[in-house]
Amino acid sequence: MLEASQLEAIRGDRQLFTALSFSLQRGELLYVNGPNGAGKSTLLRMLCGLVLPTNGEILWNGTRIQSLGDDYHKELHFQGHLCAIKSELSGLENLRIASALAGQAVSEQDALDALGHMGLQGFEDLPAKVLSQGQKYRVSLARLLLSQACLWILDEPFTALDKASVELLKSIFSGHLANQGIIVLTTHQDVAIDAATVKQIKLGS
Amino acid sequence: MWAVLQCMLTRDLILAIRRMSDVLTTLFFFVIVVSLFPLGIGADMDTLRAIAPGVVWVAALLASMLALGRLFNEDFADGTLEQWILTPQPLALLVLSKIVAHWLVTGVPLVLIAPLLGLQYDLPANALWILVLSLLVGTPVLSLIGAIGAALTLGLRGGGVLISLLVLPLYVPVLIFGAGVVDAGISGLDTQAHFWLMSAFLVLALVFSPLATAAALRISIE
Repeated sequence: MLEASQLEAIRGDRQLFTALSFSLQRGELLYVNGPNGAGKSTLLRMLCGLVLPTNGEILWNGTRIQSLGDDYHKELHFQGHLCAIKSELSGLENLRIASALAGQAVSEQDALDALGHMGLQGFEDLPAKVLSQGQKYRVSLARLLLSQACLWILDEPFTALDKASVELLKSIFSGHLANQGIIVLTTHQDVAIDAATVKQIKLGS
Repeated sequence: MWAVLQCMLTRDLILAIRRMSDVLTTLFFFVIVVSLFPLGIGADMDTLRAIAPGVVWVAALLASMLALGRLFNEDFADGTLEQWILTPQPLALLVLSKIVAHWLVTGVPLVLIAPLLGLQYDLPANALWILVLSLLVGTPVLSLIGAIGAALTLGLRGGGVLISLLVLPLYVPVLIFGAGVVDAGISGLDTQAHFWLMSAFLVLALVFSPLATAAALRISIE
């Protein structure tokens, strides 16, 4: 499914990684490990197509992701450091607008259910600026529940979350993997996720 | 396609209503700049009538440029923009919707208030109409051209100054024909040719600006 071959990233004049190859099949989970500045986020953004690799290529079902373009984006859900939440909009509006712009309009009830599932009952209609950092992040994560994408690419999904939310997120991930999804994530915490196949990449060593 | 356009318009209009000060800054800037000239020059009606088209149009140019800083900056800073790039929608379509929304919020108020400001310059009624029409056709071109500059300077330090250097020279044709058409209207000349040319600018900008802006955004986000 997702295949990376001989990837190289150079930022400024620093080489972050080189000759990095891996492949992921449905139901597989990939941990990207490494200290700060090792190039984890760069690798993730590269896998999304936001950053072009200096060398090497990334294939989805055997085709370069750059030539797939929007067809690849349909299969992809990316959660970066920034949560893409507008502080003037309520959690519900944020979620529905983001879904509609992503081409997967959801009903109000589905959006409310997703927010409720993320533990945000009673906060749905508050403007996001009065929410805490963790709550904002959970609004952002609620998009995962509504996403029909197969490949989830998540940059540090467990930061800013409390223990209960981490457990919840783990179960969402296991569900996605059991559903033949693919997850690529970075994390500094020791979080064990149930998956048939877990792969690891260590950068910066 | 309409769903995306509609969703983006709703979103930006809600945001504009909840953040009214942003809209009002542009509008008041326009009103104040235009109103300063009669105060500075004096109440000689002939002079005022002669300079009115140029003054109103230059003020519209500057006001429209002032608003460009907000076009993509916030969406860039909070990560919305990178999510847009990763949606299955064509980025140029999202960009076009965003520009239309931006024009509705920053351009249309200028068009609506312009006849009132024209009165300060003793413009005759038919010239007021022409002024409104010229702004109606011209301000979207300003937003469309400005979007390219806004996308190119995204995330740069001192982007505000750079954007004026990039964009103002490109505004010159719109300024010449926009002010020219009102001038022609005051003198009682035929204005049709000017309007055709301005509409041609609008069509060209509508086609090419979203594509160029989308390409510039992809570079800026990397």
